[in-house]
Amino acid sequence: MHPFNYYAPESIEEASKILEKYGEKAKCLAGGTDVLVQTRGEKFDLDAIVDVKKIPELTELKWTDSHLVFGAATPCYVLYEDPKVCEKFPGIIDSAFLIGGIQIQSRASLGGNLCNASPSADGICSLIVHEAICVIAGSSGLREIPVEEMCQGPGRNALENGEFLVSIKIPLKDNKFSASYERFIPRNEMDIAVAAVASSVEMQDGKVSSCRIALAAVGPTPIYAQAASELIIGKEPTEDNIKIVSEKAKEIASPIADMRGTIEHRKDLIEVLTRRTISKALERVGV
Amino acid sequence: MSENKVKKVAVNTTINGEEMDILVDPYISLLETLREVVGITGTKEGCNDGNCGACTINLDGRIVDSCLVLGVEAEGKNIETVEGMATPDGLHPLQQAFLEEAALQCGICTPGFLVSAKALLDNEPDPSEERIRHWLAGNLCRCTGYDKIVKAVTKASKESK
Ligand SMILES: Cc1cc2nc3c(=O)[nH]c(=O)nc-3n(C[C@H](O)[C@H](O)[C@H](O)COP(=O)(O)OP(=O)(O)OC[C@H]3O[C@@H](n4cnc5c(N)ncnc54)[C@H](O)[C@@H]3O)c2cc1C
Ligand code: FES
Ligand code: FES
Repeated sequence: MHPFNYYAPESIEEASKILEKYGEKAKCLAGGTDVLVQTRGEKFDLDAIVDVKKIPELTELKWTDSHLVFGAATPCYVLYEDPKVCEKFPGIIDSAFLIGGIQIQSRASLGGNLCNASPSADGICSLIVHEAICVIAGSSGLREIPVEEMCQGPGRNALENGEFLVSIKIPLKDNKFSASYERFIPRNEMDIAVAAVASSVEMQDGKVSSCRIALAAVGPTPIYAQAASELIIGKEPTEDNIKIVSEKAKEIASPIADMRGTIEHRKDLIEVLTRRTISKALERVGV
Repeated sequence: MSENKVKKVAVNTTINGEEMDILVDPYISLLETLREVVGITGTKEGCNDGNCGACTINLDGRIVDSCLVLGVEAEGKNIETVEGMATPDGLHPLQQAFLEEAALQCGICTPGFLVSAKALLDNEPDPSEERIRHWLAGNLCRCTGYDKIVKAVTKASKESK
């Protein structure tokens, strides 16, 4: 392995200075469950690893009047061991509880999952259907982008040189809102999704007032299937309406065939998982 | 590009109750640090990429794969390895149960299973079989077929009650 230096900055400013100085030769370290594996696999030669866990904002979890805000490096277990997060956002917990086994969950973060930008990442679709916002720091201060703009291709994210992800903001909803994430894997645990779907619904007066669907492992990035979710907005969540949405999601999916599954299999899975996750989200809002 | 100069880093950490100062290369894993720098080799390397759990240790009360932690990250932390389980009075109940139930063959996975299972029983003294299997999903064993391991953990949980 290419020898690198280790930095553990304690402030956002300090971290962006180091990242800017090293450019392509530096990477952030959150839980390390992707980046250390990749560094060891000689995927890239790093001169510096920047451990972001000592920056307070990166591991803080707080509730504001409008959002749940958690640091990009918050490990999965912190989310699923927090009763309020479990109660309000079970769809986020579906993901946090799925990533790796217990050892991985002690370290792995949703921020790392997102920045790693894998098409099959289990955290990203859930963030998309929760309308999550990325808070990004760089030398010119903070900026925010919607999470669906973060992934640009396999392993490529929207961060510019010197920038890093500070936190993830999930908006709180007035209406009845819930979500669900489900993946298909041949084993029971510890595997990479063949296909996966996250769905969220918001209900008002018996009708779906908003809905989001996102698909994983069926394109170069996780896909926000907006054209599918729009088909149910303003309508009652009947079986027929859910079927129409699921068929559209299947159409949007553009998977490749590989050792994990054929194109047809993956597309069929998307239809089934869309139906299931919408139904689950509805069940969670009490419909 | 100029040569990237890498210096060793001084790390103060507590391993199995003993506070120590060590000097580590900033790019080596905590697993390597334990085995090669500190010289305790109970923690095993299986895959070196987070899949097998042979390198499981307890870091500040949570189990982690030490192959996916940097040695420098041990600064100020409290680490427990399999070497910390037995006392001068004898084996830990889990170790005893693994022996009695023949829950190992080659033994490479055993330290990882013991450290994982201990973390479970420390917090949940009476887990169901399903819970044990879920908790141990990050530990792989090529030899035993798992049933004996699950039995041993169940036995230890009953006996320590
Ligand atoms: C055994 C095993 C099982 C796994 N199982 C799953 C699974 O079931 N589902 C799944 O989706 N993934 C899985 N993974 C992959 C990995 O655990 C997840 O993607 C995890 O969420 C990554 O988070 P992390 O905090 O460890 O990221 P890191 O490895 O620390 O970082 C990941 C990437 O993001 C960058 N980065 C991290 N934080 C920031 C930041 N704040 N700003 C900018 N860039 C940043 C890093 O530089 C790196 O490129 C598994 C990995 C292993 C080893
Ligand atoms: S050696 Fe660390 S998980 Fe296999
Ligand atoms: S006893 Fe050989 S791997 Fe478990």
